[in-house]
Amino acid sequence: MIDTYLSPLWISLATVFTATVITFFTGIAAARWMARYEGRMRGLVDGILILPLVLPPTVVGLGLLMLFGKNGPIGQALLLFGTTVVFSWPATVITATVVSFPLMYMNARGAFEQVDASIENAARTLGAGEWRTFWSVTLPLAWPGVAAGAVMAFARALGEFGATLMLAGYIPGKTATIPLAIYFAVQDGDMNQALVLVLIVLVIVFASLAALAYFKGKNFRVISI
Amino acid sequence: MASKHGTGIAITLLVTAFSLAGCFKPGEAVNVSAASSLTDAIGEINVLYKLERPDVTVTASFGGSGTLQQQIENGAPVDVFISASPAQVDALQKKNLIVDNTRRDLLSNRVVLVVPADSTLGITSFNDLAGDKIKKVAIGDPGSVPAGMYARDIFSELGITDALKSRLVLAANVRQVLQYVESSNVDAGVVFLTDAKVSRAVNVVANAPDGINGKVIYPVAVINTGNDRTAAMDYEEFLFGNQAGAVFEKYGFGLVRH
Repeated sequence: MIDTYLSPLWISLATVFTATVITFFTGIAAARWMARYEGRMRGLVDGILILPLVLPPTVVGLGLLMLFGKNGPIGQALLLFGTTVVFSWPATVITATVVSFPLMYMNARGAFEQVDASIENAARTLGAGEWRTFWSVTLPLAWPGVAAGAVMAFARALGEFGATLMLAGYIPGKTATIPLAIYFAVQDGDMNQALVLVLIVLVIVFASLAALAYFKGKNFRVISI
Repeated sequence: MASKHGTGIAITLLVTAFSLAGCFKPGEAVNVSAASSLTDAIGEINVLYKLERPDVTVTASFGGSGTLQQQIENGAPVDVFISASPAQVDALQKKNLIVDNTRRDLLSNRVVLVVPADSTLGITSFNDLAGDKIKKVAIGDPGSVPAGMYARDIFSELGITDALKSRLVLAANVRQVLQYVESSNVDAGVVFLTDAKVSRAVNVVANAPDGINGKVIYPVAVINTGNDRTAAMDYEEFLFGNQAGAVFEKYGFGLVRH
């Protein structure tokens, strides 16, 4: 019986943790690149990166299905290796990552753009390479915004439903994340199960909001070289 | 009239006239909730019913029978309910939501195993589903979809429930199961024979055991909404008539004769 609650919990945590880690690094990388990119395609690239945030999740799900399905480009490539992503656990990670990426990206980019360029330049004049400037100066200064992005990405990944249902399907024990489990529990008329899962989600969400508040108030000193 | 408000007055009068026209039409409305396997059949039957009763507007919504049952329990304004299994109507009866003497068994159906038309896995029976080559099998969610409940019963009868445990992709209704198989994203699926017949992208490879197929009954009932039920009962009577019967049989349903 406990299994009906633990299974969605473990799957959700595994999915969201993995997705947040991927989003964290890719979001920072994209934000870093776009914060300094001055080219003419700026608006277009920015729009594409933010797209999953404004599109209805079912549209995102459909797009991913067309991409990873048997007739899609990535799907066919995967078939050559004998695997498929549709209706599998990795699909939950893919959808969670895609929908949470815009949040991480936007927050990180905003934070990087707010870093005083003269401080970065000072580091460069003192001999620090780009990598070092980024890790020792830019990132610590941008940290509150970057951390906020990570927490928002985490929360968004946790709540992802529509695209997950389309790409990963509802497979209890494999892809049944908490939002999916709640939906089907309600379908089955099992309100008790649905309510317990909702409580679990609320606990996780409040914990992440507390984390967000903590990180926003935190200031990193510039690490001395 | 050559006043400057002439156009405005004319438009207002026209709009009012059109709106009021609706009030004088002696129309009735019948809301039907039917199992998703009936999508095509009921769609056609409603067109025929419109010819018989031009002043009655029939609105149909389709879905998993369990979902429809829940909607009715929660007060959805449904007049006629056709479920893919007796259990959902039983539940409504327990809650006094069915009008006395309107519950009748309407149709029978058969449960089958389907595979994508381009499948090369060589599945020929339900037992084959337990084999190593099968990775994913789609069925309706047994908690609310009759086709899923029948599938679960079949697996249980054949003793393959454990083997299939982590291979089942659950769907919200039987037409979604059909779509999963059509898209080749699963290796096989359990649907009704009538669903397989409307699809061109799946092949039927096996029938459910007779013990299961004999129990697949679609009851129909008028819901106790507190409103006048004449229109609803007339519609239900039409479903048992020859015109409707011909449509049901065309799609592969069996008619339950009294």
